[in-house]
Amino acid sequence: MKLKEEHEKHAVTLYPEVEYKGHHWGMAVDLSSCTGCGNCSVSCQAENNIQVIGKEQVRNRRIMHWIRIDRYFSSDAENPEVFHQPVMCQHCDNAPCENVCPVSATPHSDEGLNQMAYNRCVGTKYCVNNCPYKVRRFNWFQYVQNDEFDFASNSDLGRMVLNPDVTVRSRGVVEKCSFCVQRIQEKKIKAKVEGRLLEDQEIQTACVQSCPANALVFGDMNNPESKISKYMKNERNYHLLEELHTLPSVGYLTKVRNKKA
Amino acid sequence: MYNSEVRGRLITGDKSLGQISREIIAPIHAKTPVWWYFAVLVGLIMFGIGGYSIFLTLTKGIGMWGVNNTVAWGWAIINFVWWIGIGHAGTAFSIFLLILRQKWRTAINRAAEAMTVVAVFCASLFPLMHMGRPWLFFYIFPYPNTRGPLWVNFNSPLFWDFVAISAYLLISASFWYFGMLPDFATIRDTAKSKIKKTVYGIFAFGWTGSSREWLRFEGLSFVLGGIAAVLVVSVHSIVSTDFAVSVEVGWHTTIFPPYFVVGAIFSGFAMVLTLVVIMRGLYKMNDFITDSHIDAVCRVLIFISLIMGTAYLTEIFMAWYSGSQYEIYMFFHNRLTGEYAFQFWAMFVSNAVIPQLFWFKGMRRRMWVVFVISIIINIGMWFERFNIVVTSLSRDYLPSTWASYSPTWVEIGFFVGTLGMFITGVLLFFRFVPMIAISELKSVAKFDKQRNENLKHNDHE
Repeated sequence: MKLKEEHEKHAVTLYPEVEYKGHHWGMAVDLSSCTGCGNCSVSCQAENNIQVIGKEQVRNRRIMHWIRIDRYFSSDAENPEVFHQPVMCQHCDNAPCENVCPVSATPHSDEGLNQMAYNRCVGTKYCVNNCPYKVRRFNWFQYVQNDEFDFASNSDLGRMVLNPDVTVRSRGVVEKCSFCVQRIQEKKIKAKVEGRLLEDQEIQTACVQSCPANALVFGDMNNPESKISKYMKNERNYHLLEELHTLPSVGYLTKVRNKKA
Repeated sequence: MYNSEVRGRLITGDKSLGQISREIIAPIHAKTPVWWYFAVLVGLIMFGIGGYSIFLTLTKGIGMWGVNNTVAWGWAIINFVWWIGIGHAGTAFSIFLLILRQKWRTAINRAAEAMTVVAVFCASLFPLMHMGRPWLFFYIFPYPNTRGPLWVNFNSPLFWDFVAISAYLLISASFWYFGMLPDFATIRDTAKSKIKKTVYGIFAFGWTGSSREWLRFEGLSFVLGGIAAVLVVSVHSIVSTDFAVSVEVGWHTTIFPPYFVVGAIFSGFAMVLTLVVIMRGLYKMNDFITDSHIDAVCRVLIFISLIMGTAYLTEIFMAWYSGSQYEIYMFFHNRLTGEYAFQFWAMFVSNAVIPQLFWFKGMRRRMWVVFVISIIINIGMWFERFNIVVTSLSRDYLPSTWASYSPTWVEIGFFVGTLGMFITGVLLFFRFVPMIAISELKSVAKFDKQRNENLKHNDHE
């Protein structure tokens, strides 16, 4: 908590703070619950039409996963304690990637989402460089309908698994976690048609839905009663690389280990 | 009274004005030498390799390069900054030395400006080709469109870059071209073949050499020179904001704009030196580009080299002084000693240490030494850009994303292609354009003579 207060003391800005009048989407990860099973990565891949790129390209450090699991090791090198941390786009309210794009392909929504306009992206990759979390993914090749990448998306049958709600990206564009914006929109429209307010926990992103340990929480940070707001107010909550003043919408609840003194 | 001879005579060999024109134009009217064809062939082969690399990049994607999700900018951006830096010398030469009233610039500025134009063309290929979808490059133009209208992002340094470089290319090319009008007219008037007369006649825009035309000519040079002087400083400052505006460790620093501008002039002067030494050797221009000219450029390089050394040390000091663990890691563990330590030390030695040899007169006199050192500076400046672009990206904040970078042959081939383009461009310049600004040199010839008469007069006393 001390560290956080110090960061806030130093966080001086020239610009007025943006106010989110409607929803303000956020996510929290309870690191005490996370076991690092990787279910979130897989479900995200299925939901968001993330292409399989093959061993060689993974070796070339060109993975496409929108959510990755970082591992940190501590104590004894022979028998280390492992700490798992799922890292997805932090949807920073002060995002370094947004202002550097020359064609405004990655704007901020008025609900706090960091969006990608694939059609507008020309692929300068400046955003990839300027993301301190390195969660932006570039389509280095055409991964769909390309014989050189003979995986699921190279056959008619394989392409049947693609999610019709999500764009299939072409080569040369940047992509990243969208907080499953298609699911947000779907539920918002449903609530509007039914003439009611969105309920807390009604919207579940693919990773939240599939997490077996319930380590991930998604919701509206503007709703003080929501689960996410409570998580964000939890004293264990911190933001990744908070000192850069990127103001992430993703919070991490620090891992608590029950150890003998 | 003691007269210090800082510079030797600007033109040696007691030439008349007509002789100056004849000797400079001689290579254009002479038969093309055999080595020229060979050199052009080499240039074109290199250009071909580049063409094939570009073809592969365009048809398959940037995945053909060695760049990855962590180091998303590689050789393409390094080479872009390197070429732009070299492309700085021409205008810096013409403008700064004009402001400082350095008469010796007249023998070199034409070659420097030609080099600028070719280098900026080479540079401009890289930002275009490193785009994921280069066929949509026009999205970067702010023009009224049917997509909303969707406007460009005026906050992005890449947009500033685009504006700065296109302006620089336009101004430096016009400055170079309009400066050549009287010389083209000279070639037209001395050419024997009809075709040559017509072609150079068209390029000369019907120049007759009347007083009114000279007045207009001077006015235009003045205006273009004034704009170019601002651009010399602004272009590379803006290129540096591509890095300085980011949050990356080692990029986010306010020293970058002056450091980049000085570095650019450094590499540009070194390239001018390389070119001028070759020009002297091949076309026997020693009477116009004398040892004292080379000496002057070498002295400028000593000074700039000291600034470069200061900048490198300032960066290291600031990294320590900032107290930021990321900055300290970047400089002390990553650059000075890490995976890319060779590139760092290659940069430091070639830019800050080796040019100090020019303190010795013997080094400045030996043309092969000058030539070798100028090449070393060019290589050192390339390493500087490597150091900036790659080391910062490869190890930034979260260790899980750290990655190494090495180029593929496609990237290297692309660079070889631009080198070929540069060689071919320079050779075409040698062959078809007077490589020394005749009209400007004549103004110096007059000045030079008077000064020598004064000296003689003093001797008698």
